[in-house]
Amino acid sequence: MAISININGEQRDVDAEPGTPLLWVIRDELKLAGTKFGCGVASCGACTVHLNGEPVRSCQTYIEDVEDAEITTIEKMAEDRVGAAVQQAWLELDVVQCGYCQSGQIMSAVGLLRENAKPTAEDVDEYMYGNACRCATYQRIRAGVLRAAEILEA
Amino acid sequence: MTTQLSRRGFLKTAAAAGAVLYVGVQADGAMAASKSANALLNPFVKIDSDGNVIAIVKHFEMGQGPATGLTTLVAEELGVSMDQISYEFAPSDASVYNNLLFGPFQGTGGSTAMANSWMQYRTAGANAREMLIKAAARDWGIDAAELDIQNGQIIGAGNAAPLGEFVTAAADFAPSETPRLRDPSEWKIIGKASTRRKDSPIKINGEAKFAMDVQLDNQMVVMIKRTPQRGGTVASFDDSAAREVKGFIMAQTLPTNHGVAVYAETTWAAMQARNALNVDWDLSAAENRSSQDIRDEIMAALDADPVFNVNQADLASVRSTVDGAAKVVEKTFYFPLLAHAPMEPLNCTIEQTEEGDIVLHDGAQMPTGPHMAYQQIFGLPADKIHINTMLAGGSFGRRATPDADYQVEAGLAFVMTDRSRPVKLVWDREDDIRGGYYRPAFGHKVRVGLDEAGTIVGWEHQVAGQSIMKGTSFEGFAVRDGIDHSSVEGIADSPYTIPGQALGLTDTEKATSVLWWRSVGHTHTAYVMEVMMDLAARAAGKDPVEFRLAYLTGEGDAERKAGALKLAAEKAGWGNAAPGRVQGIAVHKSFGSYVAEVVELSGNLDDGIVIEKVTAAVDCGIAVNPDVIKAQIEGGIAYGIGHAMRDQITLDGGAVEQSNFPDYEPLRISDIKEIETHIVASAEAPTGIGEPGTPPSAPALANAIAQLDVVVAELPMAENGVSFA
Repeated sequence: MAISININGEQRDVDAEPGTPLLWVIRDELKLAGTKFGCGVASCGACTVHLNGEPVRSCQTYIEDVEDAEITTIEKMAEDRVGAAVQQAWLELDVVQCGYCQSGQIMSAVGLLRENAKPTAEDVDEYMYGNACRCATYQRIRAGVLRAAEILEA
Repeated sequence: MTTQLSRRGFLKTAAAAGAVLYVGVQADGAMAASKSANALLNPFVKIDSDGNVIAIVKHFEMGQGPATGLTTLVAEELGVSMDQISYEFAPSDASVYNNLLFGPFQGTGGSTAMANSWMQYRTAGANAREMLIKAAARDWGIDAAELDIQNGQIIGAGNAAPLGEFVTAAADFAPSETPRLRDPSEWKIIGKASTRRKDSPIKINGEAKFAMDVQLDNQMVVMIKRTPQRGGTVASFDDSAAREVKGFIMAQTLPTNHGVAVYAETTWAAMQARNALNVDWDLSAAENRSSQDIRDEIMAALDADPVFNVNQADLASVRSTVDGAAKVVEKTFYFPLLAHAPMEPLNCTIEQTEEGDIVLHDGAQMPTGPHMAYQQIFGLPADKIHINTMLAGGSFGRRATPDADYQVEAGLAFVMTDRSRPVKLVWDREDDIRGGYYRPAFGHKVRVGLDEAGTIVGWEHQVAGQSIMKGTSFEGFAVRDGIDHSSVEGIADSPYTIPGQALGLTDTEKATSVLWWRSVGHTHTAYVMEVMMDLAARAAGKDPVEFRLAYLTGEGDAERKAGALKLAAEKAGWGNAAPGRVQGIAVHKSFGSYVAEVVELSGNLDDGIVIEKVTAAVDCGIAVNPDVIKAQIEGGIAYGIGHAMRDQITLDGGAVEQSNFPDYEPLRISDIKEIETHIVASAEAPTGIGEPGTPPSAPALANAIAQLDVVVAELPMAENGVSFA
């Protein structure tokens, strides 16, 4: 069935059956490959995107439920004030290793900083708990979020 | 393993495409100086006439840093800044891009990327510099000795020009077999902590292309329904329900009969169609053992005399010494199967060109493996097969199998079609967790005898488990006199000088396929050695650091291991844990590097533990990219601790019980509060860094937990009542 969705500020028509995870529409239909598939069961966070500005797991978000929502992916984060700060912090600290989970980490980090401009390390640990990184770049992720908060405050 | 450095010869060529300078090593080691583009040329450094410098990186990037590290070597020697150089991954051609520590085989593993490339890439960069300088010197009518390249400029004797101006002329000069390498005092990039990763910018904005991101025109996505028990075969299948899935194309049994390939238009369609497929399996010859059976077999082997006497010790004599010792410390250990679970599930994409060549797009850890397999599958010569190495979303060893398992699956799925449409093979997380190739199960039984003074007088050590190398194509390379060294590495070659040590090994059956897993045999041997060292120290009434140092008295190996141990102890404030906290320490040599770690934790067994801090000291020779080294130690520690705490793969009647992250839980951000890494200053050649952080982490944790009154000898910790708070 044809569905129109708003993604990264554009209205796009996609052909997807009800029940199709947003993840696969983003990746296979819209060819936005920055959003990753890691587990398919909302247990790793690699597929995190924003729905009306809030982080969601796109592997467990269904296409029929997002017709009226604004969807934002990692590809749009450089244009976002918070997103750009997080990216800057990630570069300063060289957070990434393999990098496969980092789109999801950054999308979650942006969600946290929008909710809490001055998080503590404990806040970061709690909020980011569901974003797995098998390279275990965690302490740089934690430091990166705190650094991004500093950048935003400046 | 031997290096081929002595056979190196250099040559240069101007590429057919024009003013491009390649510098490298020729395959047969012979000097050659043809100006024509040569298929056998081994270019590590490519420079175009605009002065764009590209390092050709022969090791794949799974996060461990070679795209930065090998590029650093070229930049340093050539004389460009890290901003003035980019990188490309090498094509699959083992005759030129082989791992010098693997012989005629192109691949990444064993923490060898920097160790085997160190001289090769510096030499290539130095040759490029010398050839450019000679061209400039000729043009300017001055002595080449007066010139250098700094920040991409050829400078000296009052002259200056961008190196790009002399790229064409440089090809007139022959590369040297021994170009002048820059003295360490000249280094501007090597050892500099502020160097940033070359692959960071594309990994923060969605630009980075992993193999999973390949989308070729008209491609089909294939998922495979595999036998639930190893050795099972397809009796028949019914795809009537799968046909109802929109986007389903077809289903066919693999030629190996171990699964059914489901072809679809999209990934989601392939997933749904595969779920809808009904397969009737023939499990009559399939593996049906359970984890308990594996454990029972290993424990029985530990109670019998070993099949292999690894160090040719007099076992009876060692036994009698231990039996007669003033104190005996005895422990039996067990290590379960573990999955690698890299973030990016396994996948690759295969296509045929109009010329009939086969192209594989893959996060290829060992390109030579699929390259050889595809010659068989497609009946093509090596030069008709091409591998496009892409970024890999982790591996930890899983992307390197001796039988190129997933690439062969993709090849078989493709060869069964008319090859008009590319095939992308995708595994999901369940395929990954259940797909075999696990860290093998191992058991150890150790009896240590101490005299009245608390000195070790005998160490009887038995190892039993599933050999990684036996029965694979690597057997001839890795097994000597029946002994798979990877089963006993870290004991047999430990820098400790332990009096009266007997080391025995018995191989047990493989109820599932097994594989190297970040740090290979050291995953279990370091644990046993370091937990036993602590138990022996405490039995002797001695400080664990002082006790270890007594067996690290020699020069070289022992000295470096002792150095890492002392530095970690000093930086961690060993013996001065904050109130309510306990510390544990471990030190281990692996892949040529020495790593010591102190785990400091709070909490207790009832409420759970909190890992407050891990302090590490690493001696990996010259620290080429210190921040990459720190990142690898951070990741290596966490990988070891995460699995030790709660992970295991178990079999029930031959079938894997775990399926995805909810029951194979990754380490989470809150599980370790802080990791601090210190690097031992060294002038030695660089050694491994991707793996050596892992081995000491679990035993350091165990030695801290031991002070909460539980010595964990069978992993995971969770099975011993130890959990995170």
